Amino acid sequence: MQKTRNWYLIPYSFWIALFVIAPIVLVVYYSFLDLEGHFSFVNYQKFFTSTYLTMTLSSFWYAFLITLFSLAIGYPTAYLLTKTKHKQLWLLLIILPTWINLLLKAYAFIGLFSTYGWANQTLEAIGIGRKQILFTDFSFVFVSVYIFIPFMILPIFNAIEKLNPSLVFAARDLGASSFMTFRRVVFPLTIDGVKSGCQLVFIPALSLFMITRLIAGNRVITLGTAIEQQFLVTQNWGMGATIAVFLIIAMAIILALTSTKRKKGATT
Amino acid sequence: MMKRLKLANLYLIGVFIILYAPILYLAFYSFNSADNMTNFDSFTWDWYKEVFQDSRLLIIVLNTLVIALLSAAISTIIGVLGAIGIQAVRKKRIETSLLTLNSILIVSPDVIIGASFLIFFTMLGIQLGFTSVLLSHIAFSVPIVVILVLPKLQEMSPTLVDAARDLGASRLDVLTKVILPYITPGIFAGFFTALTYSLDDFAVTFFVTGNGFTTLSVEIYSLARQGISMKINALSTVIFLFTFLLVIGYYFLNQRSAMKLSRPEVK
Repeated sequence: MQKTRNWYLIPYSFWIALFVIAPIVLVVYYSFLDLEGHFSFVNYQKFFTSTYLTMTLSSFWYAFLITLFSLAIGYPTAYLLTKTKHKQLWLLLIILPTWINLLLKAYAFIGLFSTYGWANQTLEAIGIGRKQILFTDFSFVFVSVYIFIPFMILPIFNAIEKLNPSLVFAARDLGASSFMTFRRVVFPLTIDGVKSGCQLVFIPALSLFMITRLIAGNRVITLGTAIEQQFLVTQNWGMGATIAVFLIIAMAIILALTSTKRKKGATT
Repeated sequence: MMKRLKLANLYLIGVFIILYAPILYLAFYSFNSADNMTNFDSFTWDWYKEVFQDSRLLIIVLNTLVIALLSAAISTIIGVLGAIGIQAVRKKRIETSLLTLNSILIVSPDVIIGASFLIFFTMLGIQLGFTSVLLSHIAFSVPIVVILVLPKLQEMSPTLVDAARDLGASRLDVLTKVILPYITPGIFAGFFTALTYSLDDFAVTFFVTGNGFTTLSVEIYSLARQGISMKINALSTVIFLFTFLLVIGYYFLNQRSAMKLSRPEVK
């Protein structure tokens, strides 16, 4: 048995070689090609000019904001969900919108945030008056948080579920205030869930590109938008590949920072 | 205490309202006889009629479904074989590196997958269109199938395979009569997830699709860039219903097979 060849691995290894290793190697290779296809460092030089560095920084800033708001809204939601009666059903209802195509949700917001949409009608009704909502930073962050928040709630929910409630009772019995209990007991013990939630939100937020066009009207340029622009509009694949290399590096750093010791299977 | 409970409920209700408002908003205006999402004029089915009479759109829907079913089926086969292969690896180091390689496409952002596949297909000279879209959908669905099937294989007792071999079963018999039936729930979960991955994908398809071939997400993107049309709303509502039915159907199927499996307990 042990000596026979493991032939199950043959198609799978083909897949790894062709679709995992080859594409990464090709991206790195293309990042060293200039527009004429000669080997050069010109793309890397260009990346370290202020235009691209500013773009990278702003992309990180937006991703940070999106993660922060998702956490600020998602944590209490996850916490309160664990206290409800039919919590699995409610959780399913939180996850259900993630099955709906991203495009359709973004499209819905084009209507909701338009000049005469519901959002503006509500603003007018409470006396604030009409505002330009679509194509602003606010609408971009709001829609992104809307799209990513289930991915923040799910791991935190699971972490809180695993928390032994007697620890909370013990803290309260020993005289800790409810804020103290949260800060010293609940939050530290659920930090793994927070970490994987941030990981699941931050990396896609860095590379968003469709929403930047539909909702932010090209005002926001993320790393993802820049890559798409270089590949499909300017047709400068070398530069696009260079940005992609930096996005991969950023991704690896984030994964290393947010990695938890235990293995977890919650990706979606 | 009562007050806090009410506040908590209010917060949750608020979250749920915001979560579902856009979806209901879209669906509501799909019945609007005026072609806008702001003033509801009168009730009409016209937009639905238009969707179902648009043969170009129906072909795109068909394309999307064919890609989804084919890619899910093929990636399930590769993924199941891969999972069995990984499980059979004796050396811990090889197993870990295989699993690391496996997770690369799961954590990679869609843009990276799309861009790198675009380079890859162009280099190989594969024409962008049906083939490139199908291949990339298979590619990004394989790892999730492996992840979903592997735990089932790990919980299967190795004595089952040994017993079958002792009783004279061939390797093929072991696979089809012992291993596959045992991991069937995992295979279904993998197939279903691959299906939804494919139906849901926009970014990767956007990169690797050529001029002649479109899937639904890419089509909606180009329609939405042109502006609002209640036809998209009607189409969206149909897709919502389809998605909900798929998820609920899968949920009940899963429930039933879980009950079936729990009865003949193998110890």
